[in-house]
Amino acid sequence: MQLVYFAWVRERIGEARETIESEAKTVADLVAELRAREPRYDLAFSDMSAIRVAIDQELSDLDAPLNGAREVAFFPPMTGG
Amino acid sequence: MSVRVQAKDFDLATELAGLTAGRTDIGAIVTFTGLVRDIAKSEAVSEMELEHYPGMTERALAGIEREARTRWPLQASLIVHRYGSLQPGEQIVLVATASPHRQAAFEAAEFLMDYLKSRAPFWKKEHTPKGAHWVDARETDEDALARWSD
Repeated sequence: MQLVYFAWVRERIGEARETIESEAKTVADLVAELRAREPRYDLAFSDMSAIRVAIDQELSDLDAPLNGAREVAFFPPMTGG
Repeated sequence: MSVRVQAKDFDLATELAGLTAGRTDIGAIVTFTGLVRDIAKSEAVSEMELEHYPGMTERALAGIEREARTRWPLQASLIVHRYGSLQPGEQIVLVATASPHRQAAFEAAEFLMDYLKSRAPFWKKEHTPKGAHWVDARETDEDALARWSD
C-alpha cells in the first residue's frame, strides 16, 4: 500500500510518499508497526491525538479497518481557509 | 457549482461574472475572500506556505459544497483555494454563494468557510523572523463547525 505524509508528519518522517507491504488490519496496527520500524516513525507518531488519517482520500478513524486500502495518509489537523 | 485548487491568483470580478453569466434568476451573491496577514500571534509573517493533498482536497471541497446545497437553496457556488508560497496581502481563498434571497447565501458562505478551514486537507506554514512553523489548528475553528451539526 502507498503511505503519504503531509506537513510536519512528512518532515519528521523525511519523505512524502512510500510503498510498503503490511499485514496490519487497522490504522492503529499499521502505526504500531511503523513505530517499531525506525525512530523517525516513532517520533512522528508519538502523540496520535495530533494526527489525522485518511484512507483512500477519505477522513477515517484511527481504529478503522484497512481492508484493501490502497493509500493511507497521515497528517496534522487541517488548517485551510 | 465548482471547486478549484490552484497556485495562481484569482480575480474576484472575473469569478463573479462567471457565476452569473447568462442568468437573471439570482437575487443574492455573498463572497468571502481570505487574505494572508503580515502578523500572527504578534509575530511578523513574511511568507505563508500552503501545502495540500492533491486529489483529496478537491474531493473534500466538493463534498462540503454538496452538503451546503442540501441545506440551502443555492443557485450557484464556487470555492477557489490556492496553495504554494504566498506573500502577506495575497488572496488565499474565495467562497461565493448565490441564491434567490440573501439569508441562504450568507449562511451557506459561512458554512463553506467553517468546513473548509478544518475539513479540507490544507496545512499552513508561516515564515517569521524566528523561523518557520506549522500553524496549529484552533479550537475555535472546531467550535465554529459544531454550530452547524444539528
